[in-house]
Amino acid sequence: MAYEDYEVIVGLEVHAELNTDSKIYCSCKNSFGAEVNTNCCPVCTGMPGTLPTLNEKVVDYAIKMGHALGCTIHNVCKQDRKNYFYPDLPKAYQISQYDIPLCEHGHLDIILDEEGHTKRIGVTRIHIEEDAGKLIHGDSFQGSLVDFNRCGVPLIEIVSEPDLRGSGEAKAYLEGIKSILQYLDISDCKMQEGSIRCDVNVSVRKKGSAEFNTRVEMKNVNSFSGAVRAIDYEAHRQIDVLESGGEIYQETRRWDDAAGVNVLLRSKEDAQDYRYFPEPDLPTIVVDPQRVEQLRQSIPELPNHRLLRYMKENGLPYFDANLLVENQDKAAFFEAASALGKVSDKAVSNWLLGDVSRLLYEKNLTLAETRLTPEKLVEMIALIESGEISNTAGKTVVEEIMFTDATAAQVVDARGLRQISDTSALEAMARQVLAGNAKAVEQYKGGKTNVLGFLVGQCMRASKGQGNPAVLKEMLTRLLEEM
Amino acid sequence: MELYEKSAAELGRMLRAKEASAAEITESVLGRIAQVEPRVGAYLTLTEETARSQAARVDEKLAKGEALAPLAGIPLAVKDNISTKDVLTTCASKILYNYVPSFDAFAYARAMEQGMVLLGKVNMDEFAMGSSCENSAMKTTRNPHNPDYVPGGSSGGSAAAVAACEAVLALGSDTGGSIRQPAAYCGVVGLKPTYGSVSRYGLVAFASSLDQIGPVARTVEDAALLFEAIAGRDPMDATSIPHDYTGLAAGIHAPVQGMTIGLPKEYFGEGVEEETRAAVLAAADALKAQGVTVKEISLPSTPYGLAAYYIISSAEASSNLARFDGVKYGYRTPEYSSLTEMYEKTRSEGFGDEVKRRIMLGTFVLSSGYYDAYYKRAKLMQNRIAAEFAEAFAGCDAILAPTAPGTAFRLGENYDNPLKMYAADVCTVNINIAGLPAVSIPCGTGKNGLPIGMQLIGAKFEEAKILRLAAAYESLCGGFAPAAIVD
Repeated sequence: MAYEDYEVIVGLEVHAELNTDSKIYCSCKNSFGAEVNTNCCPVCTGMPGTLPTLNEKVVDYAIKMGHALGCTIHNVCKQDRKNYFYPDLPKAYQISQYDIPLCEHGHLDIILDEEGHTKRIGVTRIHIEEDAGKLIHGDSFQGSLVDFNRCGVPLIEIVSEPDLRGSGEAKAYLEGIKSILQYLDISDCKMQEGSIRCDVNVSVRKKGSAEFNTRVEMKNVNSFSGAVRAIDYEAHRQIDVLESGGEIYQETRRWDDAAGVNVLLRSKEDAQDYRYFPEPDLPTIVVDPQRVEQLRQSIPELPNHRLLRYMKENGLPYFDANLLVENQDKAAFFEAASALGKVSDKAVSNWLLGDVSRLLYEKNLTLAETRLTPEKLVEMIALIESGEISNTAGKTVVEEIMFTDATAAQVVDARGLRQISDTSALEAMARQVLAGNAKAVEQYKGGKTNVLGFLVGQCMRASKGQGNPAVLKEMLTRLLEEM
Repeated sequence: MELYEKSAAELGRMLRAKEASAAEITESVLGRIAQVEPRVGAYLTLTEETARSQAARVDEKLAKGEALAPLAGIPLAVKDNISTKDVLTTCASKILYNYVPSFDAFAYARAMEQGMVLLGKVNMDEFAMGSSCENSAMKTTRNPHNPDYVPGGSSGGSAAAVAACEAVLALGSDTGGSIRQPAAYCGVVGLKPTYGSVSRYGLVAFASSLDQIGPVARTVEDAALLFEAIAGRDPMDATSIPHDYTGLAAGIHAPVQGMTIGLPKEYFGEGVEEETRAAVLAAADALKAQGVTVKEISLPSTPYGLAAYYIISSAEASSNLARFDGVKYGYRTPEYSSLTEMYEKTRSEGFGDEVKRRIMLGTFVLSSGYYDAYYKRAKLMQNRIAAEFAEAFAGCDAILAPTAPGTAFRLGENYDNPLKMYAADVCTVNINIAGLPAVSIPCGTGKNGLPIGMQLIGAKFEEAKILRLAAAYESLCGGFAPAAIVD
């Protein structure tokens, strides 16, 4: 049996909780982790006679996402009721959008590899809707309890076209969506709190075939790595069925990440009829076209675009570019430093992602909380590049310029870190080091040339980091040969 | 004349003139309730203690010389689908037999801000579905003019209470005629306001796009006073529309000379009883004598309104009533072994036949494959009916039509014939479908001794015009006639 003979077709429905201050249809706080059933009111618990009123921030946020994914924005649209019974849904309907979503016909360019190859994935639609509550099961009580805190938390559902091939592309798509949500600051994207969840549609076909086969929907996929496992599992299951002469049925299956398997939830015959109809309690959504344009202009450069730009224009490797893009502060710092045009972009990136990031992590600070400016960092790198200080000395300098008002030059002068370029002074020092390390010299003579590094280190120590290691290495080699 | 028989306007004058205290007024009406309630059966819950303390507060204010709102101290009955904090709100349904809201409906809160006195909650057809009050799971309400007859519905309790002088004013709700038809059957005044003029917040929804809370009164002026008190934009109801009705009640006695009313021929044809037709046409003549121009108009889509109404209202109801599932409040079946069984048994046992009928009808018309054929077409018809009304109002100030095809029917007469029952709404539903205001006022008595009602329909937010015409007719014809149950 050859899994490689098959192509795996994936479509994703991503549900992202928006981080607005209040819920979508009432004034309850939109926050995670409150005491059970304390963050709800008669409206979000659907008490008889209560009515929803739309939080306009939700519309703004969804439109931003629509712009980010290049969607057509339906500034006139409606909300609909999706009717079904479940104890965590107190109105027995979810207010959602059916035939006219707020955003439609967009796309996301996902990055396929470290060379920066991309693929355009179609985004069918983005619509707004409300989240449901949560059932609580426990050993200390019988039956199930309901926590309504999550009722009315605003969601956007982002539906992709079946353009993804295999779990790798699916993961790249999910990461792309997540980083955009973060760039727009419209979702907390905390997977462990369930702020992004997805339904996965999978079908398989023989490579070369142009037709789509029956798809299976999987629910309860709660992490990106889970999505990869779920897709791989389902694709193999379908291929196994087909290879053994079976047939794939349109059905909904439930992914069990702990067990690594999915189980049938319902077949097509049991598919629920949600009886969608326009929500009569809410008027038509009408967003001023000027507002739509205003929101479009508020969209920052998006992460994938920025990443590719760093690779192509700044010559950074994928790894560096990706790390910089993940943190908007660092990316902005990098660009400001690069714009000064004085030192190599790769050196800026190395320092930012290396020592600077390490120090920030150790002290639990953000870049903005330090005294470091692009000018100060660039000045320091320039001192290294011109050979005035060593890379080793730079490590000392960077820590000082990050947490004091001193410039790199001031630190270098105050601490006497300037590299010694006077070869006679260096030679005297080198001779001293060789005289004091007779054993190492002996080893070198015996063919163990790698002790050279040790000897360079000893010279650096003797020069308090001021010696130029390249010059020292050359000098030591010559002196050893002469001995 | 006893205090309980007097109008809110007159009682308000007496309060301010210290001719009666709020406590005396309340005691008078409570006494009246004790006297006639066994024969009427309007109330589901009486709140005598609340009423007495609210009345006492008004008297304190009076004693201190504080300013009073127009309806301060006036006793009020509230339909049992309007949420009242800490007071049972059952919708006359077994499924909500023990439901006590934690908040007040906007309209009710407005009435309380006036200093009105809550007498209690009144009977209705279960979830406002019905035209006779016979669909109540709680009790039978009788027509105060003849106990063998229905009071109409669904706001039958509101109309019967006001007609029997068991309340000075009442709040009802009107989805397809539920204020106007019982007002007509009981011989009182009932106003269905423009959709959006009174907040629906706290009104337990039947059909969200059609429901509207409105007043039931014995005089047009009283209806105007209560309407003015409860109207207004509510940020909690996204369908509420701001409109300034200030001065509405004060202006209803302005002359009507020069106004034009239209008589839509479709409302006077087959199915309308002869005596009803004659009474409404006689009323038109009386207004004509006051300088009102009367002309015949046509609203050709009228016959399709009933079907559109039952599709739209049932569709919305099937969704609105889905929340009554036994999970959080209200009735839950005592024995079940699974979630599905709990749902099925709770709803089977908790809802009455008519409610189930509408839920099934609504579920069907929204089902995949049927939506376009029913719901979508009904919505198109709704637009057409609204457009025809709008066109008609370009040429007249108000439209005059019977409120119902005939007078009240006997208890049980239509109970087993839902289609015949639905036909009782034929004159009223189109007004809801078009979102228009309409006021029903008594305009005579049928051979059976029961009141005949007519409705004046206005363009959106033109309550002032229809109430002016209604007040003019009321002063010509003597207005409310005391109900026979008094004797």
